[in-house]
Amino acid sequence: MLAEYVPILLFIIVGLGLGAVLIVAGFILGPRRPDEEKLSPYECGFEAFEDSRMRFDVRYYLVALLFIIFDLEIAFLFPWAIVLDEVGLFGVAAMGLFLVILLIGFLYEWKKGALEWE
Amino acid sequence: MIELSEFLVLGAILFSLGMAGIFLNRKNAIVLLMSIELILLAVNFNFIAFSTFMGDLAGQVFVFFILTVAAAESAIGLAILVTLFRSSDSIDVADLDTMKG
Amino acid sequence: MTTDAFEIPNLTLALPEIWMLGVACLVLVVDLFSGDRDHTPAYWVAQLGLLSAALITVQAQWGLDVTTFDGNYVADAMAVVLKVTVLLLTFLAFAYSRDYLRERGMLRGEFYLLSLFSTLGMMVIISAHSLLVLYLGVELMSLSLYALVAMRRGSPAASEAAMKYFVLGALASGMLLYGMSMLYGATGSLDLAAITDVAAAESRLLLVFGLVFTVVGVAFKFGAVPFHMWVPDVYQGAPTAVTLFIATASKVAAVGLFIRLIGEGLEPLHGDWQNMVLLLAVASILIGNTVALVQTNIKRMLAYSTFNHIGFIFLGFVAGSAEGYGASMFYAVTYSFTVAAAFGVIMLLSRQGFEAENLEDFKGLNERSPLFALVMLLLMVSLTGIPGTVGFYAKWLVIRSVVDAGVMWAAVFAVIGAVVGAFYYLRVVRLCYFDQPEAEGGPQPSGSGGFRFVLAANGLSVLLLGLFPGALVAVCMAAFG
Repeated sequence: MLAEYVPILLFIIVGLGLGAVLIVAGFILGPRRPDEEKLSPYECGFEAFEDSRMRFDVRYYLVALLFIIFDLEIAFLFPWAIVLDEVGLFGVAAMGLFLVILLIGFLYEWKKGALEWE
Repeated sequence: MIELSEFLVLGAILFSLGMAGIFLNRKNAIVLLMSIELILLAVNFNFIAFSTFMGDLAGQVFVFFILTVAAAESAIGLAILVTLFRSSDSIDVADLDTMKG
Repeated sequence: MTTDAFEIPNLTLALPEIWMLGVACLVLVVDLFSGDRDHTPAYWVAQLGLLSAALITVQAQWGLDVTTFDGNYVADAMAVVLKVTVLLLTFLAFAYSRDYLRERGMLRGEFYLLSLFSTLGMMVIISAHSLLVLYLGVELMSLSLYALVAMRRGSPAASEAAMKYFVLGALASGMLLYGMSMLYGATGSLDLAAITDVAAAESRLLLVFGLVFTVVGVAFKFGAVPFHMWVPDVYQGAPTAVTLFIATASKVAAVGLFIRLIGEGLEPLHGDWQNMVLLLAVASILIGNTVALVQTNIKRMLAYSTFNHIGFIFLGFVAGSAEGYGASMFYAVTYSFTVAAAFGVIMLLSRQGFEAENLEDFKGLNERSPLFALVMLLLMVSLTGIPGTVGFYAKWLVIRSVVDAGVMWAAVFAVIGAVVGAFYYLRVVRLCYFDQPEAEGGPQPSGSGGFRFVLAANGLSVLLLGLFPGALVAVCMAAFG
């Protein structure tokens, strides 16, 4: 059974090998004359404005928080969809109720302005 | 075949790591949130292991709910963290000592 | 949760919870679209909803003892008593805190909303009959409480208290869950009835292991010593309105949690948990009394003296008998109404930019407001447990159950604890009646007529319960048949 994986192993070896050869070739053959302009961080042709390790705007947190909650609630839809035949009309109604409650939460979020960036 | 006890040992190790993270951590409050998450995941691991070995689905349903609640929990935790940062300009655990007595 | 045919549950049995969910959602929508600055519509919808939910609970569940939702939900007499208590306590918390929150710019719809969801979580705990439902109830209650504590934004103390509460609360949930996973592994079921059956049949290490974690988790939620670190900070840092809610309603719900999960669910392991609970009870009484003696902040004093009362509630659990649970329940119900009124008086004396939370603020209260000095006298005497007050009956019932269980030394210890408690409770009475107020005259009672009326009624109810405790005792005892 393991023999079936041999082509994949070959593929990995060839891929790694080719990559390594190209890098080494560039390293050996390429001319290298570094100066200050070449070594400085590149940002669309002008000087970098600030350090790349900046603080995130706190509003990203809000978006992330809202996303994570609604995202996980949706996970309940998948098992429900699979057993839909067995749970019948009651199951549909229950999921409808669940979504209505979620909708109320969404309404709250919207009306409170949590979705506005400014 | 991997034994049930090995899963439980891994769960216990994860749980203890989470506990240690809460009690030993003296720097950043975000680490507290991560430790709490680790504890909940250790519990999930236990539930899934038991559920698989007993052939009973209820444990996996429980895991579903724990995951959802954990998301809500970390949302509230982060929100509290933001208010903490806004009011005291620091999320160091060592700074959480203004009330004594 | 088997693969049997799907069965539609009996929804009318769970009507109280369904009703509360509806009320909470309605409050949300009403508050969102009313635009009223004082949130008056939300307030009235919430209050009417709470009172009607109490009526519905009695109507739908009194006298029953049945499970539904596939054995996940139980409706019995204990559920009715505890749920009605929680609903009335929430009602009191809303009535007392309106002026207080308005003066501090914290009167937002979210206060009502989060409290209502927390109440719903407590009701779910009280009626839970499986580990899953129990857990969901605990989390719904706790998550709302964390957010409530953090409601005073911009206050470092409140944020710090919220952070501590959140971390330790989440830790407690983690412990509880870990214990639950062990119970599930040992018994193969999430249903508490099935767990009881299996636990009675065989004794296994895994089961006891799970038991230890669940007891620790529940003790954390109660705030019993030695798992009490969060209580004083949260009581002090949270807005008094929220402290009131945490100190009363969540304790009553915790009694439900203990009885459902450990008292009934793990009843066959009574021999194993009896000593753990006894230890928690004795440590709570000891630490609570010692530290409460030296407090100068009345909110912190009430927090530490809470341990004393939690100790008594746990002592009632020790016996593991119907009388013991009944005594604990009576204790929790009466204690929470008494303390609710005490926090009410604190809020009555507080006004904008001033918190009447130091003991000195109560000096000479009698000259400023004889009525509320009398209420305070009554409450403190009742918390002490002087004969003739409701606090005395509660303590007496608990101690009697401990004596019946044959743990004489704990009973003696509890009596000593009650005597020590007299020192700090009666100190407040002395301040109110015999001390002269500070130079500037001390804080005046504020608050609207409705607030004063409800507070006076609450004080009167404590007095009446002390004079005629028989009915409530009978109800509490009947709840455990």
